[in-house]
Amino acid sequence: MTQPSQSNNNRMVIKLVAIVIGMFGFGFALVPLYDVFCDITGINGKTNPYAATYDVNTDVDTSREITVEFITRNQSGMVWDFEARTKRITVHPGELNTVEFYVKNPTAKDIVGQAIPSVSPGTAALYLNKTECFCFEQQPLQAGEEALMPMQFYVDPQLPEDIKVFTLSYTLYDVTGTSSVAMNRG
Amino acid sequence: MSSVADDLHHDEHHDHKPAGIMRWLLTTNHKDIGTLYLWFAFIMFLVGGAMAMVIRAELFQPGLQIVEPNFFNQMTTVHGLIMVFGAVMPAFTGLANWMVPLMIGAPDMALPRMNNWSFWILPGAFLILLSSLFLEGGGPNFGWTFYAPLSTTFSNDSTALFVFSVHIMGISSIMGAINVIVTIFNMRAPGMTWMKMPMFVWTWLITAFLLIAVMPVLAGAVTMVLTDKYFGTSFFDAAGGGDPVMFQHIFWFFGHPEVYIMILPAFGIISHIVPTFSRKRLFGYSSMVYATASIALLSFIVWAHHMFTTGMPLFAEMFFMFATMLISVPTGVKVFNWVATMWRGSISYEMPMMFALAFIVLFTIGGFSGLMLAITPVDFQYHDTYFVVAHFHYVLVTGAVFSIMAAVYYWLPKWCGKMYDVTLAKWHFWCSMISVNLLFFPMHFVGLAGMPRRIPDYALQFADFNKWISIGGFAFGLSQLIFLALVIKASRKIGEPATAQVWDGAEGLEWEVPSPAPYHTFETPPEVK
Ligand code: HEM
Ligand SMILES: [Cu+2]
Repeated sequence: MTQPSQSNNNRMVIKLVAIVIGMFGFGFALVPLYDVFCDITGINGKTNPYAATYDVNTDVDTSREITVEFITRNQSGMVWDFEARTKRITVHPGELNTVEFYVKNPTAKDIVGQAIPSVSPGTAALYLNKTECFCFEQQPLQAGEEALMPMQFYVDPQLPEDIKVFTLSYTLYDVTGTSSVAMNRG
Repeated sequence: MSSVADDLHHDEHHDHKPAGIMRWLLTTNHKDIGTLYLWFAFIMFLVGGAMAMVIRAELFQPGLQIVEPNFFNQMTTVHGLIMVFGAVMPAFTGLANWMVPLMIGAPDMALPRMNNWSFWILPGAFLILLSSLFLEGGGPNFGWTFYAPLSTTFSNDSTALFVFSVHIMGISSIMGAINVIVTIFNMRAPGMTWMKMPMFVWTWLITAFLLIAVMPVLAGAVTMVLTDKYFGTSFFDAAGGGDPVMFQHIFWFFGHPEVYIMILPAFGIISHIVPTFSRKRLFGYSSMVYATASIALLSFIVWAHHMFTTGMPLFAEMFFMFATMLISVPTGVKVFNWVATMWRGSISYEMPMMFALAFIVLFTIGGFSGLMLAITPVDFQYHDTYFVVAHFHYVLVTGAVFSIMAAVYYWLPKWCGKMYDVTLAKWHFWCSMISVNLLFFPMHFVGLAGMPRRIPDYALQFADFNKWISIGGFAFGLSQLIFLALVIKASRKIGEPATAQVWDGAEGLEWEVPSPAPYHTFETPPEVK
């Protein structure tokens, strides 16, 4: 056993290098896996990035009251004024509601913003259906411009019984530089 | 087998090594490379230690007095990176290079050329990392865990250097791991079956598999940081559809197995020293092997215990809490086996045994604080406090580093042919033992009281404890200079000559070759009964 043929070693090295390459790939595969996993389980609080359709025949469960809270914050470096006009609202599951968010670009230059939603507790994200949201698109605001941005949503009646309150937070990012091709963001 | 070392012309015969620096640059000899790794690790230990001295000097008193907060952050970051990738891991690789072929009766490592490369790219990696500290804007300051967006959106321009140096470190340790695996699979002496393999060889084999499984994931994570920062991708940028929490999942998928990479070889070392100085066989050899393997497997499913406060759903918190607690079962098996090995043994307290005993007690303290941190609801309180700092320094300094020191005391006579200086050794042990506890034990208390980690300043009520912690830190740092003197002395061949067996209870092939071990050993394989 002590003087192994060189080919023995080579075969083993090839196998081990294959594992290494495979694990390097696995590191990157974790990215889509993570997205799919979170999509199915809703555990990272991400809501759907596209509009849901509301069926007018949806049963409204008037026996339940759900409190939805709205929080806004700016990523550091984003200078817009951004606030929820409605801070909290009590809704029945299945009922369609609209709330508004105010934005203003107080600077002298045009800026593109992108709001990223996040729901806490995360599982509630699966049951929050937005039929209309400013977060689906990037929002350009000219210098000094202000706007009221609507968000229309309903809560799926399947929402687990133990969730009585959930919070939807929007973080606003300045994506002016990256909305075309991004260079150095350092 | 001759029992007294023939130290006059031990390595002059039958070898053809160039003289001077070229010998070391070109060497493919496992003993030379082991020595290189060990010296490199020691130098990095001192460099990283100097950074710790800066950190403790700043924290000696509340308020900002010595360094800028940004430089302080660079110190904690680079200290962590150097100690993990520059000191502990290369030291274990050095021990593997020296000891694995001797323990399995092989003439060298299976892939000697690659061995040379895997060592010689390391100094380059650390030169890059260290030089980034002197650039305009400074070196990495986002912690050794380089969480996005700290390392992407908010990091300074030297981040590319950080990324490249981590890539090189990763390649080096992957090459080292491949070499260990191939050597152990293909080069064991006739008769050395799997279940006759020494524990150090077993633990290193399993460590090597962990390395090739997770170092590539680390390489992927730094690559994503690189492209997010410089090439406009959005892996971790929420504005572009990415997710910063995902960074933590990827990092800790590497990071938790990584902490076991730094402790499994230590378990192997302790499993040699305790039987030798108890003059008994290791209790429960096969349960040791299985425990090591199950720790390694479990280490892949506990990573999110570093992320309890990131807003995971309840079932995930519960899962990771129980999975983490499960790991302490095989770990406990090991501790009980060491204690059972000592039970009714005729124990003597030479320096390797002293460090091994210190390891068993102090590592167990680190295991217990780990268990406390694994309890999700209380981790919300302790997370990112000095309690975590206390935990990982107990497992890494009094665990991994103490085991390396134990190993050096244990095998130094085999490497150099001389016994170490016992007086210096005693000074080193007792100074280290007292100062290390003064340094790390009070961190539990300030952590429980709420002092956050990675800050250059703190609230006044922590002042007394921090003063003592810093004093412990300086004393521990200085104590290591005693160790340096001791190692230099032995490697300049000053001291009592050592016999081949060195320790009268020692068993294994490495004790059958003369001391110092000749440049070439086991060119004809030994027969293992
Ligand atoms: C009984 C076994 C162990 C348990 C239950 C355990 C548990 C934990 C937990 C829950 C944390 C996260 C604490 C927090 O950030 O709030 C942690 C952190 C850490 N553990 Fe352990 N641990 C164990 C053994 C080890 C070992 C053997 C090592 C290394 C040799 C280690 C190294 C670390 C490190 C380096 C960190 C901090 C990482 C960082 O945030 O910088 N642990 N441990
Ligand atoms: Cu961990």
